[in-house]
Amino acid sequence: MRITSVLKAAATAGALSLLMASTALGVTLNTMNGSEPGTLDPHKASGDWQNRIIGDYIEGLMAEDAKAAPIPGQAESYTLSEDGLVYTFKLRDGIQWSDGTPVTAADFEFAFRRLFNPATASEYAYLQYPIKGGSEIAEGTMTPDSADFGVKAIDDKTLEITLEAPTPYFLDALTHYTAYPVPKHVIEAKGDAWTNVENIVGNGPFKVTEWVPGNYVKSVKSDTYYDKDNVKIDEVLYYVQDDLAAAFNRYRAGEYDILTDLPADQQKIVTDTMPGEGRFAPFQGIHYYVINQEKAPFDNVNVRKALSISINREIIGPDIWGSGEPAAYAWVPPGTGNYEGVTPYTPEYIELTYEERVAEAKKLMAEAGYTPENPLKLQLRYNTNDNHQNLAIAISAMWQEIGVQAELFNAETPVHYDALRAGDFDVGRAGWLNDYSDPSNTLELLKSGTKQADGTINWGNNYGRYSNETVDKLVTDAASEQDLAVRAKLLGDAEKLAMDEFAAIPLVWYLASNVVKPSVQGFEDNAKDTHRTRWLSKTE
Amino acid sequence: MAGITGKDATLTAYAEALAKAPKGRSLTQDAFRRLSRNKAAVVSIFVVVAIVLFAFVGPYFAPWAYDKVDWSSIRKPPNFDKGHYLGTDANGRDMLARVMQGTQMSLIVAFVATMVSVVIGITYGAIAGYFGGKVDAVMMRFVDIMYALPYILFVIILVVIFGRSPVLLFVGIGCLEWLTMARIVRGQTLSLKQREFIEAAKAGGAGPFTIIFRHIVPNLTGPVVIYATLTIPEIIITESFLSYLGLGVQEPQTSLGTLISAGAPVIETLPWMLLVPAAVLITMLLCLTYLGDGLRDALDPKDR
Amino acid sequence: MLGYALRRVLSALPIALIAITVCFFILRLAPGGPFDTGRQLPPDTLANLRAHYNLDQPLFMQYLIYLGRLFQGDLGPSMVFDDFSVAEMLAIGLPFTMMLGFSAFTVATLVGLVAGAVAAMNQNHWPDYVLVALVMVGLVIPNFLMGSLLQLVFGVYLDWFPAGGYVPGSIPHLILPITVLALPHAGRIARLTRGSMIEVLGTNYVRTARSKGLGARLILVRHAIKPALIPVVSYLGPGLSYLLTGSLVVEQIFALPGIGKYFITGALNRDYGLVLGTTILYLFIILVLNLIVDVIYAWLDPKVRFR
Repeated sequence: MRITSVLKAAATAGALSLLMASTALGVTLNTMNGSEPGTLDPHKASGDWQNRIIGDYIEGLMAEDAKAAPIPGQAESYTLSEDGLVYTFKLRDGIQWSDGTPVTAADFEFAFRRLFNPATASEYAYLQYPIKGGSEIAEGTMTPDSADFGVKAIDDKTLEITLEAPTPYFLDALTHYTAYPVPKHVIEAKGDAWTNVENIVGNGPFKVTEWVPGNYVKSVKSDTYYDKDNVKIDEVLYYVQDDLAAAFNRYRAGEYDILTDLPADQQKIVTDTMPGEGRFAPFQGIHYYVINQEKAPFDNVNVRKALSISINREIIGPDIWGSGEPAAYAWVPPGTGNYEGVTPYTPEYIELTYEERVAEAKKLMAEAGYTPENPLKLQLRYNTNDNHQNLAIAISAMWQEIGVQAELFNAETPVHYDALRAGDFDVGRAGWLNDYSDPSNTLELLKSGTKQADGTINWGNNYGRYSNETVDKLVTDAASEQDLAVRAKLLGDAEKLAMDEFAAIPLVWYLASNVVKPSVQGFEDNAKDTHRTRWLSKTE
Repeated sequence: MAGITGKDATLTAYAEALAKAPKGRSLTQDAFRRLSRNKAAVVSIFVVVAIVLFAFVGPYFAPWAYDKVDWSSIRKPPNFDKGHYLGTDANGRDMLARVMQGTQMSLIVAFVATMVSVVIGITYGAIAGYFGGKVDAVMMRFVDIMYALPYILFVIILVVIFGRSPVLLFVGIGCLEWLTMARIVRGQTLSLKQREFIEAAKAGGAGPFTIIFRHIVPNLTGPVVIYATLTIPEIIITESFLSYLGLGVQEPQTSLGTLISAGAPVIETLPWMLLVPAAVLITMLLCLTYLGDGLRDALDPKDR
Repeated sequence: MLGYALRRVLSALPIALIAITVCFFILRLAPGGPFDTGRQLPPDTLANLRAHYNLDQPLFMQYLIYLGRLFQGDLGPSMVFDDFSVAEMLAIGLPFTMMLGFSAFTVATLVGLVAGAVAAMNQNHWPDYVLVALVMVGLVIPNFLMGSLLQLVFGVYLDWFPAGGYVPGSIPHLILPITVLALPHAGRIARLTRGSMIEVLGTNYVRTARSKGLGARLILVRHAIKPALIPVVSYLGPGLSYLLTGSLVVEQIFALPGIGKYFITGALNRDYGLVLGTTILYLFIILVLNLIVDVIYAWLDPKVRFR
C-alpha cells in the first residue's frame, strides 16, 4: 500500500512537471510519427514520417489544403503556356525564411538543381523528372549548373519551370517534398549540416526547435509565416514510435493526440470504445500480388486468371484484416485525378458468384495440367508484417482448392524487394501508394522494362515483368497527349488491356488508418493521408 | 541470451564439487534415488513429459490441422461444437493445433540447438583439456573472449542474413551457446586424464582422439545432463525474442514465441490467442528449471 | 593488477577485429541492400546513392576504407538516418541506454540479493516459497510480453505511469522500463544468492559461529555475505550483456531514445554502418564490464589470482 502511494505521488509529480513544461507554450499537439526521421532534408527524405515534419516546416510553390488538394503555397499565382510546357510562378510578397531572410525564386532554382545533383543522391528525385533536364542532371549527362535546365529564376519573385512534356499532374507533384525550396544562404554556409537544429531554417508554418533522435522532433509555430494568424497549434511534437501495439497503448493513455497508424486487429477496440476517433479513409494505393511472368506456367494467361479469380477479395478487409479495406478488381485506385470520363474497370468474372469463380478457376487449372492431386507448387513471398502474413495464409488456403500448393516465404523488406527485382520468386506481395493523383502513376508499374547501356533490362517497379507492346504504347502516347479526355481514354484502355490479361493480381485498395482525439479539429480524411498541422486546432 | 537460468554459475559450482569428489563410484543409481525424493523435480518430469506428448502425439488426436483455415470461424473464441477448443486465430486456424505445433517447434529448436552446442562444447573442451599447455591456453582464451561478445546480436545478424529456416536457427544458436559447456568439459578432462584408466588406455597405444571420445566423454554425463536441462529453456526464450523481432519460423509453421508475440498485442480483444501459448511456455520453462535444479542436487558428488 | 587488466584488453583486440571483420562481410554478403525498398529507384539514382556511400567500390576496398576510418574513431555514415553519422547516433543514444541499463542493473542486484538472502534465511518457510515463486515468474515470462502487459496495466488501465516515451530527468517514465529490464535479472541473482547462501550457512565455520552463540544478523554480515557473493559476481558479467540486449526490446516497446533499437532497425534495413557501429560499441562495453567484474571477483575470492 505504502509503496503504491509513494509511486503514485512520484508519478503525479513527474506528470505535473511535464504539464508545467508544456503549458508554457499554449496548444501542444502530440503526434505519433512512426520511425526516427533520420533526416529533415527534403531532398533526402523518403517516407511519410519525414514528410509530416518536413511539410510543416517548409512549404513549396504549391501547398496542400486540409483535404490535401494542391493550393497556392509560396506562389500566389501561376500561368501555363499554350503548349502546356512552361509554368511561370509568381511568388507571394513578404515570404521569409524563419531567420528573416526573404524567400526568393533563386532559392527554388537552387533547390531543384540540388535535388537532381548526383552528389545529393536524392532517392526520390525522379518524381520531378517531368522538369526539363532533371533526369539528365541526375544521370550525369548534364552538369548541375547547366543553363539548359528547366528551372529559372527570372527575378526575385518570378520562377519559370519548363517541362519535358505536358504533365497534367505537375501542380500536384509540386506539393511533394522533393519540390520544396531549401534555404540557399544557409546551405552555402553550413553544407549538409544545415538541417542540424542549430542551423535549420524553413519557410513553413512551423519551425523545428528540438530534435532528440529516437525520441521526438519538436516544432513551434513560426512567426515569419505569411498565414501565421490562422495557425492554431503553437507547438507540435512528432514522436518516434516503432512498435505499433505500444503506440496504441500510449494513445489510450492520453499521450498522443493523433495516432497515424493502427496495429492489426485493433480496429474493433477503436470502433467499440472510441466512437468517432477512428478515421479510416480510402488511400490512393493498391495492395497486389505480382506473378513472375518469365517463369512457366505463369506466362499462361489462364493460370494467372485462375490464381486471380479464385481469391475472395471481399473477405480480406472485413475478416482477414478486420479493418475494412475495399476489394480491388481494377488497377487504378478510385478517386485518382485526371481520370474523368473513364468507366471504372470491372473484370468479366465479377458477374459470377464466388463458387462459380472457384469452379472456373479449377477448370482453368485442370486445363493447364494442375489438379489438387497434382498441384502447382509455387512460392509466395511477402515482406514481414502481420497483415501481409495473414493475407498470404488466407490466399494460400484459397488456392489449395484449385490445385495450387503455395509455400509461404517471408523476409524483411530489403530482402523481399531484392528478390522481386531480381525475378527470384513465383508470386510476390507488393503495394503501391500514388506519388501524385494520376492514373499514369499506377499504370507505369505495368510498363515493359527499358534496356540499359550494359544490355540488361531495367524492369523498375514492374516486378512481374508483364510486357505488352500495346499497353506500352498507350501509356507512352498518353504521356505526350495534351487533351485530358483523350489522355484519360488512352490510359483507361491500357488499364483494361492489362487487367484482362491478368498482368498482376489486384487485391484491396489501401485504407488510411488514423485515430484522432475528439479534442483535435480540422483533421479531414483524404486520399493522400496528408494532414498538415496548419489546418488543425485543439481544444483542451 | 546468456544465463537465463544462471547455468554458468550452477555448472561451475558443480564442476568444482566434482573435482573434489571421491573417485571411482557410479553416479546413476544414487542420483536416481535422490532425484525421486525431490518432489518438485518429479512433478516437473511428469509435466515435461506431458507437454512433450501434447506436442508430438497431440496433433494426431486434434480435430483440426495446424494449417487448416476454417473460413467460418475467424478470430473466434473457443467453440466446442466445431472442435475449436481453444478458439481460432486471425486466419481461422485452430489454436489448439497451433499451440501443439508451436510447442513441438520450440522443443525441436531447443533440443537441436542444445545438441549442437553440447557436441561443439564437448569436442572443444575435451581437446583443450586433453592436450593442455599452449593449446589449452589459446583455446580457453578464445572462449573467454567469446563470452564477451554480444552474442544475441550475432544471432540476429545470422537470422537476418540466412533467412529464417528453423535449421539455421538451431545451428546458429547452438554455435553460440557452447562456451559454458566447453569450459566445464575442459575442467573435467583435466582431472580425468590423470586417472589410472586413461593411463592404461595410453599405455595400450590408444590415440588421443580415441581416448577423448571413448574414455573421457562417456564420463561427462552429469554435467551434460544438467547443462542440457538448463540450456533448453534459455534457447526457448531466445527463440521467442527472435519471434518478437519478426525473425521467427516461416508460416504456416509456428513456435511458442511466434504465437505469444502474435497474441500479446491482442490480449484484450482475442485473449485466447495469448493465454494458452503463454501458459504452456511458462509451465515448460518452470518445470525445466526445477528439473535442472533437481538434477544438479541429485548428481552433486559432494553429498554422496 | 594493472598489468593483468592491460593484458586482458590487449588479448581481446584481435578477437574484436575478427568479430568486426566477420560482421562486415556477412552483412555485405546478405541479400538485399539499404536501398531496396518498396519502390525501385531509377538506375542513375541508385548509382548516385551507391557512389555516395562508397558501395560502388570492390568489397575488400570498402572493408579497408571502413577499417581505416575506424582506427581514426570514425564509424562512417548511416545510410538510413542521413543527417547523422553513426558515431553521432550512438553518442546521442548511448548515455540513455547506459543509464537505463545501470539503473536496472542496480535495482536488480539489490532486489535480487535481498530476496535471495531472505529466502535463504527462511529456507522452506513461507517467505522462501513466496519469493521463489515470484522470482520464477519473473524469470520465465519473455520480456516483450512482460513489457506489453505492464504497459497495458500500469500505463493504460491504472494510469499510474506514462505508457512510454522519455522526458529527460523524469523518473516516472523510467519505472516501467526498468522493472521489465530488471525483473528477470533480479530473479537470477536471487536464485544464485539463495543457493550459495544456503550452502554457506551450512558450512562448518558458520555452524561453529552459530554454536558460539552469535546472532543471525552478525553471522550473515560477518561470515556469510562475502563467500555467498562469489557465484553472484561471476554471473554479473554475462548478466550485464544480457541487460544490454534486453534493452533492445524495452526501448522498442516503451519508445525510448537508446541505441538498442538502432541495432534492430539497422539490421532489418541493411544500414551497414549503423549495425557495425552498434556491434562494435556493444563489444567494447561488454569487454570493459567483464574486466571490471573479473577484478571484483578476484577481490572477493582469494583463490583466484591475477594470472
